[in-house]
Amino acid sequence: MVFERVVEIIGEQLGINDVSEVKMTTSLINDLEADSLDAVEIVMAIEDEFGVEIPDEEAEKFKNIGDIVKYVEAKK
Amino acid sequence: MNKTYSVGITGTGSALPEKELSNFDLEKMVDTTDEWIRTRTGISCRRVTDENTATSDLATEAAIKALKDANLKAEDIDLIIVATVTPDLSFPSTACIVQKNLGAIKAAAFDIEAACSGFLYALTIGEQFIKNGFYKNALIIGAETLSKILNWEDRNTCVLFGDGAGAAVIERTEEGYGILSSYLGADGTGGMALTHPAGGTRLPVSLDTFEKKLHYIEMDGSEVFKFAVRVMGKAALEALERSNISLDEIDHMIPHQANIRIIEAAAKRLKLPMDRVVVNLDRYGNMSAASVPVALDETLKNGKIKKGDIIVLVAFGGGLTWASTVMKWCK
Repeated sequence: MVFERVVEIIGEQLGINDVSEVKMTTSLINDLEADSLDAVEIVMAIEDEFGVEIPDEEAEKFKNIGDIVKYVEAKK
Repeated sequence: MNKTYSVGITGTGSALPEKELSNFDLEKMVDTTDEWIRTRTGISCRRVTDENTATSDLATEAAIKALKDANLKAEDIDLIIVATVTPDLSFPSTACIVQKNLGAIKAAAFDIEAACSGFLYALTIGEQFIKNGFYKNALIIGAETLSKILNWEDRNTCVLFGDGAGAAVIERTEEGYGILSSYLGADGTGGMALTHPAGGTRLPVSLDTFEKKLHYIEMDGSEVFKFAVRVMGKAALEALERSNISLDEIDHMIPHQANIRIIEAAAKRLKLPMDRVVVNLDRYGNMSAASVPVALDETLKNGKIKKGDIIVLVAFGGGLTWASTVMKWCK
């Protein structure tokens, strides 16, 4: 499922071992303390994983993990 | 086919301005913090030239050291190539000024511009002349005084760059040693992500461009970041494949020093441990074409490279451009 893979990727990129608390409503920046470059790296890893392209102007609109998952599901 | 020669680096040198500008100094100039700069870029300090120093001055100093290291006299040099985006003037070329400064009376001289990939582009160009026997040696220089084209009110760019120069002498070398393979690439469609807008023929300097501060570097950071991470791994792998060298055989990778996060992300993609990756951007920032030759010179001077070591040089930059070279150290 997209959600599980996205969470896995985020965990890998940010070095979070226990991702059980990560939900659709979790914010990368506010809750997981990712900075702008972490966000770019996560977007890149997601692009590679799902074979989709996420332009910057779309990535900037993502408020939480759910937004990423929805975008990937729509584009896949 | 005519006989070809192996080509290797036989001497290196670098030149860095004395004045250091730390993140704490920058805190007083723009709205930023040491912590922000270090965690986003890995940079703590950079060198900046004074008002009387131009790119050719640093290039000349680095060249004199490289010639001494190679046991060559200036008058023996066949060719001088300077890679820079910050030439003293748009013409004459910085290479001709260096030729004059050195007294390299026999040498042909020209500049090339491939931004941060410039040194590896110049190295590859010089290599061809020696490989085919046209010249016996060449002096390859990457030199920049980026501080002169930075907007010191733009916190997104002024914290990233520094001034410096690195030089390498290349000559014929023992067969099987020296440069094993090179790879150059470009994608002009992405060029607008990193520009120096005004001062060329598209937008000559005018009162208007001056007021809009278009004579300074402009950058779309996240676009460049994505490009850089992807292309660094790709470029390194391509040069390795061309020389039949595997990733495990790499003793030292010397990447362009733009941002530690780019270097780490690229190393991770290559599954290359960071102890084999050379980093000096913490002290010098991004010196564009000078970053790779200065890092190579420092690694050599620290005694970390021995004959037979496999070294991968890889760079990316404005253009967009990228380049990589695999060497088996020959000295």
